[in-house]
Order: sequence, then structure tokens, then C-alpha cells
Amino acid sequence: MRGQTLVEKILSRRLGRPVEAGEFVVAPVDLVLAHEGTAPLAIERFAALGRERPATGVLLFLDHAAPAPRAELANVQRRMRAFAAETGARLYGVGTGICHQIVAERWAAPGQIIVGADSHTCTAGALGAFATGMGSTDVGVAMAFGATWFRVPGTIRLDLTGRGSDGRGLPPSVTAKDVILHIIGLLGDDGAVYRALEFGGPVVEALDAEGRMTLCNMAVEAGAKTGLCASDGTILWFLEHMGRGGDFVPLVPDPDAPYERRLEVDLSGLSPLVAVPPAVDDVRPVEELVGLRIDQVLIGTCTNGRLSDLRLAAWIIAGRRVHPDVRLLVAPASRRVYTEALAEGLIEALVRAGATVLPPGCGPCVGVHLGVLGDGERCLSTQNRNFPGRMGNPRGEIYLASPATAAATAVAGELADPREFLA
Amino acid sequence: MRRVIRGKVWRFGDGITTDHIIPGRYYHLRGDLAALTAHAMEDADPGFARAARPGDIVVAGKNFGQGSSREYAALVLVERGIQAVVAASFARIFFRNAINVGLLPVICDTDGIETGDVLEIDLGAGVVRDLTRGFTRDFAPLPRWMLRIVEDGGIVPHILARGGFGFAFTEGEGDGRV
Ligand code: SF4
Repeated sequence: MRGQTLVEKILSRRLGRPVEAGEFVVAPVDLVLAHEGTAPLAIERFAALGRERPATGVLLFLDHAAPAPRAELANVQRRMRAFAAETGARLYGVGTGICHQIVAERWAAPGQIIVGADSHTCTAGALGAFATGMGSTDVGVAMAFGATWFRVPGTIRLDLTGRGSDGRGLPPSVTAKDVILHIIGLLGDDGAVYRALEFGGPVVEALDAEGRMTLCNMAVEAGAKTGLCASDGTILWFLEHMGRGGDFVPLVPDPDAPYERRLEVDLSGLSPLVAVPPAVDDVRPVEELVGLRIDQVLIGTCTNGRLSDLRLAAWIIAGRRVHPDVRLLVAPASRRVYTEALAEGLIEALVRAGATVLPPGCGPCVGVHLGVLGDGERCLSTQNRNFPGRMGNPRGEIYLASPATAAATAVAGELADPREFLA
Repeated sequence: MRRVIRGKVWRFGDGITTDHIIPGRYYHLRGDLAALTAHAMEDADPGFARAARPGDIVVAGKNFGQGSSREYAALVLVERGIQAVVAASFARIFFRNAINVGLLPVICDTDGIETGDVLEIDLGAGVVRDLTRGFTRDFAPLPRWMLRIVEDGGIVPHILARGGFGFAFTEGEGDGRV
């Protein structure tokens, strides 16, 4: 038998026969998810199909606009609670966190097939799942039948090498976020459309599960169907830490897997990066943008709202002051992240320095509440998209960067190079 | 679905995102499709929602529908009466959503097609004709099973009409970009 990519392996295991890129398959779905923005329509489609009980695990999240900023959305949340109570779907309510983070903490496991009515469902690929975003109707159909159709995607393999004799190190103040911004810059925002991105090489092997989630989260920003990493000892450790060690299955691609494209990326000379609006693939080294006026800084979201991100931010900000010309917003990705950050004193350090801490959830990322931009304002955010209007106002601008660059910027009061703060 | 579709063009550029098509600030209107549709394409062309006519065709450059999974991006176009979106490439979630709600996606070179042109899409032959400018472009027809979903008005009516879920996938038929 020919070697297989990670995606082919996962789908073959679940189908009990070998599948190849390009093939159309109907595959079982282990888990579906939706949130306030997409669940009502998914529920409507599910009901239209005449089903009463979901045929697979259903997770519903109140994270995009929670607590509800308006009556319409409060009513959507009421309907979702009622549906969960009727059908046994699992609902994560206000303040529990962002869907992708909770899926990673409590549900996702290597080898699973996960379909979510949210484009960043691919985050779970970091744990060796085949996880992909779809629309509400697709999710409603998967809910009703416990299966859906896929075209097995071809794979672009990225072998990431850094510094040191083992090639595992990243340059100072360069994080997983900078790595994925660099890759999106290389591929372009449509460079991986219809394909899977497989991340490997020494740098990825050395990254913790959280860093790998940051990589996989933004696979969709290159147009990819999903992003994946091998499930190795790091993932076993992560699952054990989450009390789910029994969910671990080792999964690695075959050495002779037939990749559509294979790219070696040398990260040893990388600078911290910034994606300049209005495109995610307009990526520049931070030194080109130092001094740019910034009005708001957001640290959080499903890309960079995890414990390691808050640690990095607190490390830079603790003992300093948030500059009076900047609003610093911090949104932990989940209640778990929040409580762990509290226990470590990170939240206190950030608040004392002048940060505003938001409830666990999406915060202002999608422009519904908690930090909508004013006309002509600029935000430096650790989120994944900088499209016009994304933060609620097409006359505002969003720059994307790592938590380190965000924290440095909050202190400096203008776009700043984190290397000056993290010597 | 008729094998030949004809309509007037609304031309957009590259990288039209779901935030252009239906901005996140109208999140609260998702329960009211008519109200939401009044904002269709607002951040790309504020005149579109008022002036587009049933039967019109949206034409764009690369990566149409990039960004969020919001199916409302495809739905507001259907609600506005748009028959088809012709683009150089589509973001894959949008492409799937379009099929699922009965909006025809066509992938071909769109350079030179402009707003106001009359476009003819021949689904059987895989040809787009710009009748105003007199040129043609070829495209790989959708796999037949996918076209059937569009013809049935989307995947829910398709499943209801055909008594269940399960497709006759035929390999090598069309390019099925999903
Ligand atoms: S944090 Fe932002 S990108 Fe992530 S799920 Fe929420 S709205 Fe989407």
C-alpha cells in the first residue's frame, strides 16, 4: 500500500478502507459544533430533515456574543438552551469560553472527524483530528445523519526548521503566531484552497500543543480545509493534563506520503511579524511598522487566548503600565484558561498594569460587542482576521500580531518590537 | 435547473470576504433574512442590495467568500435573487454553502467581464459567454451529483425529495472543488 498523509490516515481509519486525496467519501462524524451565529440555522435544517434526536455528539456554544448585547441575541441563546434541553445536545453557556478552545480541552482527540459551523474548527487539527469548518446546513445534515460527504483533500506539507543544531529553536520573541503569519504570507490567502496543511519538522516537534493550535487555527486563512499536526508525546501529555489521557492514539504521516507540495521553511532568521489590513497575507516584519499609532490592543481569541499567550503578555506587561493612549483588552479563551491565569497571578498583573479583562469568549473579534472600533481607529490584535469591518466598523483597521508584539505595543502606546522588551 | 442561464453582471474584485458580503455588525439580524438581505454586499458595493434584480449574476476574482463560515453570505445572495456566482476561485466553505442553498457556483477566468454585461452560462457545455463583449470562457462542469443538489434547491430539499442521504459519487467527473 502506498504511504498516506495525516488526513488520508484519519479518514481511512474511520472508514475501514484506504482512501486517497481527490476521492469523494461519505464519512462518519464524531462531533459537530455550532455557536450563536450558526446554530439557529443548523437547528432549523436539522428539524426540516424530520429528525428529533441528533445522530452524533452535538456541542453548542454561547461564545460569540455572550453575555448577549441585544434582545435578538438573547432570544437566540434562549432557543439554543431549549434545543439542548430537548435533544441532549451539550451546551456551553455564557462565560465558559470559545468553542474551539473548549473542544480542544474536553473533546478533540487524535483520529476523530469533527465538523463545525465555524471556519476555525480546524484548530483541533493540532490534536491529530480531521476537523473542518462548514456552513450551518452542512452541520444540520451531519447532526441528522451522523455523517457527511467530503472530498479527501490533497496535502501541502510544511517542514519547519529553526535555529540550533537540532533546528528546533525560534529566534527571540518569535512565536507560533509569527510562524503561521509567515506561512500565510508565503502561500497567500488562497494558496491552500481545497487542501490540507500538514505542519511538521523540528520546530513543530518542539512546539507545545497550544502553539500547534495557533498554527492549525489559521490554516483557513491560507484557504485550507484544515491544518494538522502529528499526534505525538506532546499531545499525549496535553490530553493527560486535561484528564483525557485515554483518548490518545499515536498518528503520524508515512514518510513516503504523497504530498501535493512539500515546502521546507527556514525560520532561523524570522522577525516578529504583523499582518497589515485589509489582507491576512500582507505580512511584514515588525521593524517596518514600529511607531505606528495604535488605539486598541486585543489579546485573546481562538488564535492566541491560551495560558501560554497570557503568560507571555504578562511577562512583558507586569511591573509596567499600559500606555494611556491605548486600551488593552484581554479575553481568556476559556474559563479554564482564566482560572489558571488567576492562579498564576497573570490576571492580577495585567489588571494592575491597566488592562481590561473581558469574559472568556470571542470578545470583540467578530465585531458584535466589547470593543467595536471607532472611525479611523486602529487595533493591534492577536486574532486571525483583519478584514474591513471585522471588528464592527469598516472604517477601523486591524493589524494582526503575536501576544508578545501586542503586549509590547500596549506598553509603548504605539506599534512596538517585542524584542526590545524581551531581551 | 435550466441548462443555459442568462443574466446581468455585478462585477467585484479579488478577495471578497464574507464580511464584505454580509458584515458581522448585522449579526443580530440573522433571524430575519429579509432584513439581513437589505445589507447584502454592503461593504463591497453599498448600492447592490437595492439595485440588484432577480436573475442577476455576481462575478468576482479569486477567493470569493473567503473568511467566516457564515452561510448567510450565500443565503442573502439567493434571497436577493442572484442565480449564480462566477469567480476565478472560491473559498471552500462558501462553495459548499452555495451548493447547499441552491446557489450555482461557477469557476472560470473572469478577467474582462464587467458590471452590466449580459452573461450566458451553459451548464452542459461548460461555457460562459459574455454576450456584451463577445468572448467565451470554458469551465469544468460541476460533478453531476453536485449539480443535482443545486437543481433541487439545496441539500435539504434534495434529501427530502430523494428519500435520504447518500450520493452516487462518480470519480473523474467535473473538478468538484469542495
Ligand atoms: S475568537 Fe474570533 S475567530 Fe475565533 S471563533 Fe471567536 S469570533 Fe471566530
